[in-house]
Amino acid sequence: MKFKTSLAAAAALALGLAGAASAQTKVGFIYVGPVGDLGWSYEHDQGRLAVEEHFGDAVETTYVESVPEGADAERVLTQMALGGADIIFTTSFGYMDPTINVAEKFPNVMFEHATGYKRADNVSTYSARFYEGRHVIGLIAGEMTETNTIGYIASFPIPEVVRGINAAYLAAKSVNPDVEFKVVWVYTWFDPGKEADAANALIEQGADVIMQHTDSPAAMTIAEEKGIYAFGQASDMMQFGPNARLSSIIDNWAPYYIERVQAVIDGTWESTDTWDGIGPGMVEIGEFSDKIPADVAARAQAAADAIAAGTLHPFTGPINKQDGTPWLAAGEVADDGTLATMDFYVEGIVGELPQ
Amino acid sequence: MLRLERRRQSSRIMFWTTPLIAVALTLIIGGILFAILGVNPFAAMKIIFLDPFFHETYGPYSRTQFLVKAVPLILIATGLSVGFRAGIWNIGAEGQFVMGAIAGAAVGLALYPAEGWWVLPLMAIVGALGGFLWAMIPAILKIKFNANEILVSLMLVYVSYNFLAAMVTGPLKNPDGFGFPDSRNFTDVEATTLPLLYEPLGLYTSGVVALIIVIAAYILMEKHLLGFQVKVTGQSPRAAKFSGVKPALIIAMCLGLSGALAGLAGLFEVTGPAGKLTTNFPVGYGFTAIIVAFLGRLHPIGIIIAGLLMALTYIGGELAQLVLNLPAPAIQVFQGIMLFSILAVEVFINYRLVWKKEAV
Amino acid sequence: MFGDLSLVSLIVSLMIASTPILFAATGELVVEKAGVLNLGVEGMMLIGAISGFAVAVSTGNPIVGFLGAAAGGAIAALIFGVLTQYLLSNQVATGLALTLFGTGVSALMGQPYNGLKPPPSPRLDIPVLSDLPVVGPILFSHDIMLYVSLLLVAAVWYFLYRTRGGLILRAVGEDHNAAHSLGYNVILIRLGAIAFGGACAGVGGAYLSLIRVPQWTQDMTAGVGWIALAIVVFASWKPYRVILGAYLFGGVTVLQLNLQALGVNISAAYLSMTPFIVTIVVLVIMSANRRKTSLNAPAMLGRIFHASH
Repeated sequence: MKFKTSLAAAAALALGLAGAASAQTKVGFIYVGPVGDLGWSYEHDQGRLAVEEHFGDAVETTYVESVPEGADAERVLTQMALGGADIIFTTSFGYMDPTINVAEKFPNVMFEHATGYKRADNVSTYSARFYEGRHVIGLIAGEMTETNTIGYIASFPIPEVVRGINAAYLAAKSVNPDVEFKVVWVYTWFDPGKEADAANALIEQGADVIMQHTDSPAAMTIAEEKGIYAFGQASDMMQFGPNARLSSIIDNWAPYYIERVQAVIDGTWESTDTWDGIGPGMVEIGEFSDKIPADVAARAQAAADAIAAGTLHPFTGPINKQDGTPWLAAGEVADDGTLATMDFYVEGIVGELPQ
Repeated sequence: MLRLERRRQSSRIMFWTTPLIAVALTLIIGGILFAILGVNPFAAMKIIFLDPFFHETYGPYSRTQFLVKAVPLILIATGLSVGFRAGIWNIGAEGQFVMGAIAGAAVGLALYPAEGWWVLPLMAIVGALGGFLWAMIPAILKIKFNANEILVSLMLVYVSYNFLAAMVTGPLKNPDGFGFPDSRNFTDVEATTLPLLYEPLGLYTSGVVALIIVIAAYILMEKHLLGFQVKVTGQSPRAAKFSGVKPALIIAMCLGLSGALAGLAGLFEVTGPAGKLTTNFPVGYGFTAIIVAFLGRLHPIGIIIAGLLMALTYIGGELAQLVLNLPAPAIQVFQGIMLFSILAVEVFINYRLVWKKEAV
Repeated sequence: MFGDLSLVSLIVSLMIASTPILFAATGELVVEKAGVLNLGVEGMMLIGAISGFAVAVSTGNPIVGFLGAAAGGAIAALIFGVLTQYLLSNQVATGLALTLFGTGVSALMGQPYNGLKPPPSPRLDIPVLSDLPVVGPILFSHDIMLYVSLLLVAAVWYFLYRTRGGLILRAVGEDHNAAHSLGYNVILIRLGAIAFGGACAGVGGAYLSLIRVPQWTQDMTAGVGWIALAIVVFASWKPYRVILGAYLFGGVTVLQLNLQALGVNISAAYLSMTPFIVTIVVLVIMSANRRKTSLNAPAMLGRIFHASH
């Protein structure tokens, strides 16, 4: 948005970037959902609290929740920067352009944008390799299903979600050749009622293990009620399904947030592109339920360890695309570029990917 | 007992003092709310109502944001107010906003990266047309089949949300966007960027267009036969019929006008402040505009004031979250309290409290 | 093509999915029959959802929870009632303000309840009957509140069309001046209707937080209140048609999710639109059939009443 960048620039310069002299490091966060969503925004806020805990009085954190992407985000970011923030975490993909625009006006404020691809001298990007976690829970799901049907509640057909489905499917298939995935697209990130309906629909269609890529714990509560299995998404969700929950993929932003804030304090912050997985702890696998047989749990743990060690990649050939065309040759590993833009199902998944 | 008695004529004194009473009520009740939440009420009020104008750090920037937030509300509310006066309930301006944005954006993307002064006006016309046509669905169903426009226009909001999701993950997806659910950014190309006319106030071209439309709407309603017919229809549909008003025309005109203005607002949003289509660029302007229309008593000037006031509470509310770490829901409650206060005291313009002995 | 689709389980799920809408729409129907338009359903549902959840968790009794939800919804509705009936405020704007207010209040109230589990609600379990094939799951195995929602519709129908009180309430909605000159207290009757509508919306919200999803999450109604408002219009203000509308909408929602799970080859984005489009289409068909007759909208809907004498 070059043509309006000068909007706040004048104000910013006139004030000499207020707050720069403050001894405390000011850390700002903006969230796309309410911190009470118990999913995406909740976990980012847990990261913020960890920063507060770690640094104590050396930092001051502030956040604004439920900020719509677009013009509102740009305004909130500008106000945060004007308020003297030293580093700002923008925690949703849709904040990408607003982050870049505001960063251009405040060269002395560092920005960290989650899940995007645009960077600048003072804008880093970071994201988590959730598909590594999907591989691990896919292994468990493939072994635990008795109906050989795994239900998947998906939000929007974007690479992040498609990648998760593919990773989970390949893993499940590797331990259970008869496994079948049923995918329901709900076209929302957060709608507990609809997510619950989707879980019910999948159960009716024979699914006895449910995975989800939406934010609320609704599917977990339904799984508990119906006596089937499910996995926690974003947060552990143990309390919603003490019997149903097999494990979970937890977004653990705390180590990254602490590291980046430390870099600002030390004056060593640089623009980087981080895509971390199980190894550095950004993706955490929740404790295995005792419902999982010991040998299955051991194999899943081994896979998680191998991924962390870098000896196993969830997308290792031979893998064909859904239409049968070859994607990866035997032993070949998917490159990050293809993963980041993944817009196809792998071979074996039934149903059409919405385009 | 205390009771209300209708005044012979509206009180001019009360016309000017009721807003002050409303402010006082808001400060008192809202202050109690903030005190309960453990926040200094005076600090909170200062941040919400004064700091967006006068704060030395935030003020200069916040002042540029009122129009950004208020113009779409005013534009949509102006269109809605005409229909509301005729008793035609377009509750689906949000959907028309979305469809206008999609239609106009589709033209811009088809022409991408065309240069030329005519691109944006063309997009604006198609945007208005998109909103107009979307609003014609409830209009035609009402005229031809007697289908209630509240239901149809409201249901079409959800259809438009799903259509938007299909578009930004499908045909209108940014080809260079790594598969993410958004369109190209219109503000990267000058021909599709809504011009910012006066920076210190954040005045985009849309603000000027909105002002012209508000004036036009005023003339339509107060000086033109059609406006008279609209008002007659609203007061008494039967009387309107006898005086030769064609109900079908009024229905089509009211829904079409509000749809076109909502569509135009949508297009302005994606070529200006929002910059692009995303699954969640609509932030509920279509619904908030209904409040703005009634808060402004369906009058053009009132709508402008109401739109600016709503904008202030959004911007001040964000500042309060930022500075005082108030949760976002507290701001919603506060907005509710403010609206209740304003709506509660309006009655004293046309009525007065009197002490009467029991009548029976 | 629908080989794998079990009609029985589809009907069972659609009844559960539709019940929050059914409660809220039935309440709003009574409000509108009294001539009042309260657009604050979404806000009242959210307040009901958290009030019911909080009471159920702290007492351990879901039925007491539903009573709490009704109380919460009714109190929220009475804010609207006092403003619109005594202070003659605009109903549309006040209702929308109530939605803002209720959304915020419920989120603030709900903070301590994130992540808690509500006590399970009692279910109907009649020996033999509940175990019957087809009829058992559809008719005799639901949670108690689902039956309450259907009884509520019947009760509202009976009240409106078979009792003197219902006649008076409808009279108030059709011509408040005439009702007033006959000596009826228009304002009190309307306040009663508004409180009843709020209580129903509250129970509908609690059905979501205590039974359908069972959990409390901020903003969890996600637009159900708006659908309930549309269903009242769909029903052209007739109680039994509220069941039709709610079950139709819920049914198509559940059906489209099932079709997706079945792997039907229609784009999911377009399938997601079907509940809304089907509702419009059915409304059009029904409206067109009775084109010449009145729409049954209460004549005084949304109009302000002030007794001048």
